[in-house]
Amino acid sequence: MIILGISAYYHDSAACILCDGKIIAAAQEERFTRKKHDENFPKNAIKYCINEAKIIPSEIDHVVFYEKPFLKFERLLETYFAFAPKGLKSFSMFLPIWVKDKLFQKHNLIKELEANIDKKDTWEKKILFSEHHLSHAASAYFPSPFNQAAILTLDGVGEWATTSISIGKNNNLEFLREINFPHSLGFLYSAFTYYAGFKVNSGEYKLMGLAPYGIPKYTKIIKDNLIKIMDDGSFQLNMDYFDFCTGLKMTNNKFHKLFGGLPRKQESKISQKEMDLAASVQKVTEEIIIKIAKHVKKITGENNLCLAGGVALNCVANGILQKKKIFDNIWIQPAAGDAGGALGAALAVWHLHYKKEKNKEVNIDLMNGSFLGPSFDNNQIEKVLKSKNATYEYMEENKLLDLVAKMLTKGKAIGWMQGRMEFGPRALGARSIIADPRNPTMQKQLNLKIKFRESFRPFAPSIIEEHLSEWFDQNFVSPYMLFVSQIKKNKRLNIEKDENKLFGIDKLNISRSIVPAITHVDFSSRIQTVNKKTNIKYYNLIKKFNEFSGCPIIVNTSFNIRGEPIVCSPEDAYNCFMGTNLDILVIENFILFKENQLDKKIVNYSNKYELD
Amino acid sequence: MKIIYELWLFLKVRKKIWLFPIILVLIIFGGLIILAEGSVVAPFIYTLF
Repeated sequence: MIILGISAYYHDSAACILCDGKIIAAAQEERFTRKKHDENFPKNAIKYCINEAKIIPSEIDHVVFYEKPFLKFERLLETYFAFAPKGLKSFSMFLPIWVKDKLFQKHNLIKELEANIDKKDTWEKKILFSEHHLSHAASAYFPSPFNQAAILTLDGVGEWATTSISIGKNNNLEFLREINFPHSLGFLYSAFTYYAGFKVNSGEYKLMGLAPYGIPKYTKIIKDNLIKIMDDGSFQLNMDYFDFCTGLKMTNNKFHKLFGGLPRKQESKISQKEMDLAASVQKVTEEIIIKIAKHVKKITGENNLCLAGGVALNCVANGILQKKKIFDNIWIQPAAGDAGGALGAALAVWHLHYKKEKNKEVNIDLMNGSFLGPSFDNNQIEKVLKSKNATYEYMEENKLLDLVAKMLTKGKAIGWMQGRMEFGPRALGARSIIADPRNPTMQKQLNLKIKFRESFRPFAPSIIEEHLSEWFDQNFVSPYMLFVSQIKKNKRLNIEKDENKLFGIDKLNISRSIVPAITHVDFSSRIQTVNKKTNIKYYNLIKKFNEFSGCPIIVNTSFNIRGEPIVCSPEDAYNCFMGTNLDILVIENFILFKENQLDKKIVNYSNKYELD
Repeated sequence: MKIIYELWLFLKVRKKIWLFPIILVLIIFGGLIILAEGSVVAPFIYTLF
C-alpha cells in the first residue's frame, strides 16, 4: 500500500511517501522552489517522492492532508464571533481568502494533483484528512524506537489544539488531554519573537540563541501578567496583551506598555532589553514544559516520551527536560514542525486507519537518520559542474576525506554535500557547511562572511558518538541536533574576572573553551552525535579530523545563507559556494577550490533571498 | 454545492448546526466581495445595503 502525505497552505509545505508503512522519502517544497518556508502545494516534493519510490501516480492508494480545513474554519469563525466587534479588519481579510480558496481545500488538492501529478487519476476517492496534532503525535510516536510511549505535542495552533498529551501503545494512539486556542505556548514564544524584531514562524530560533546573552529579569512580569501557569503545566494566556486573535500582529499596545516600548524594528540594533526578554520567555517556556512533562508522567506512567510540534524544536528546553530525568528516554521527531505533519498524517493512515502493526524493533528509529531527501550521483554532479565551467577534481573517498580533514585544520570553511538531503530544519552532515571548532575567529567569520547573518548566532558541533561524554555533560545520543548540553569543565578556558563582567554581545569576544566556535556564551552547545551506521562518510571525516587535530568535533551549520533554504541540488551548492566566501566545495567525490575557479564570483548573492 | 453538503455533514458531526446559517450568509457575502473585485457587480452590492 502506498500512502502520500502532504502538508501545505500555512508554512513549510512538504510531502512524504510510505510504501507498506516504510518511510521511503520525505522533502520540503522550499528546497526545490528555493523559497524559504514555501507554503504552496508541494508539487516538486511530491514528484520527487514518487520518483524515489519508483512508482507511477496511479499506484498511490491514499493521499492524506495533515490537517482538517473545516475544523480550522470553525475555529477561526468562532474566534471572530467571540471577539466581535473587535477584529473587523482581520475578519475582512480572512473571509475572501477562505471563501475563495481555503474552504475548498479538498477541491483545490484534487485540482493541483490533476494539474501537476496525474490528470486521469481518481484523486477524490483517495483523499483523507488527518488532524493537525494527530499528525504531529503520529510523526513523533510511530517512527520512534519505542513500542509504548507518552506523546507530547506543542506548537502555535493546528485546528483548535495548541498542546496535546496522548499515549501510544503498539499501533494505537489515544489522546488524553488538550489545550485549545488561543492559549498557546508556541504563540507566547512567537509574540516575544515578534516583539524582539524577528519574523514569526522563523525567528524563534534566533530568540532562543539570543537568550543566553540576557538575564531573565522579566520572568515575573510575564507570569504575573501574560500567562497563568497551573501546577499540572496547563496554562492560560491573558488575551488583553495579545493581538493575534483579532489583529494582524502578535502583540498589542498593552503588551508594549508592559515592556516599556514598541517592538524592535527588524534589522535595527539588538539591545540588552531584547536579550533579557529572550532569556525570560525561554525560562518561562522551560518551566511550562517541565511541569507538563511531570504531569504527563503522572497520568501515563510511561518511561518513554515522544515529542513533536514547533515548540519541540526548542533544543534548550529539550536538554533541560532530558536532564531532569522525568522520563528514561526521549525521542523527538527531527521534522517536528509542520513539514513533519506530512509524515505523521501518512503514518496515521497506515497504523490507525488500517490498523497495521508498529515495527517491533526497539532501539532503532525509522527515520533513516532523517536522510529522506534526494541524492545525486557523480555523473549528474559532473554534468552540472561542466555546465558551470567549474574547475574541479574527482577523488577517491579515502583521499578526499584525508584532504578535507587537512583543509579543516587549516581554517578553511567547506561546503559539504553528500548523499540524501535531510528532512527537517537541521543540516546533519548531508547539506552542511563544516569548519574547525578550535578556531577562535570561526564563529564570526562564518556568521558574517559566509552565512551573512547576525553575529550573535551560535554554531552547532557534530561529534563522533563514542567521544560524546569526554567533551559534553551528556550521556545520551542526539543524532538530530535537538538537545543542548554544556561543555565539560576540563575543556573550558579560564575566563578572566573582568571578562566575566561583560554583558550582551560583548560576551562573544571571549574564547570560552578549547572549541570556541561551538561554545555558546553560557558554555552550551546544540549537539549532533554522529553514528557510524546512519552517516558513515561524515563519521569517517570527523574521525580523520580527530586523527589530525585530536578533536573529534567539527562545526556543522546548514549549507545556505540567511533567508535561503538549505541547498538541495549540486547547482544550488555551486551557486552558494560561488556567492559566499566559502573556501572549498565538496559534492560527493568532487572537490572545488575557490581560488581555482575561473568563473566570476556571484555578486550580491546575499541580497538574493529575503531576510528571515 | 457539494461543499455546502460537506459543511452540513461536518457541522452535524460537530454538533454545531447553529453555525450553518451564519456560514451560508458568509459564503454568499464573501462570494460577492470576491466578485466585486472585478467591479462589474459592485453596484449590485450597493443596492443590497
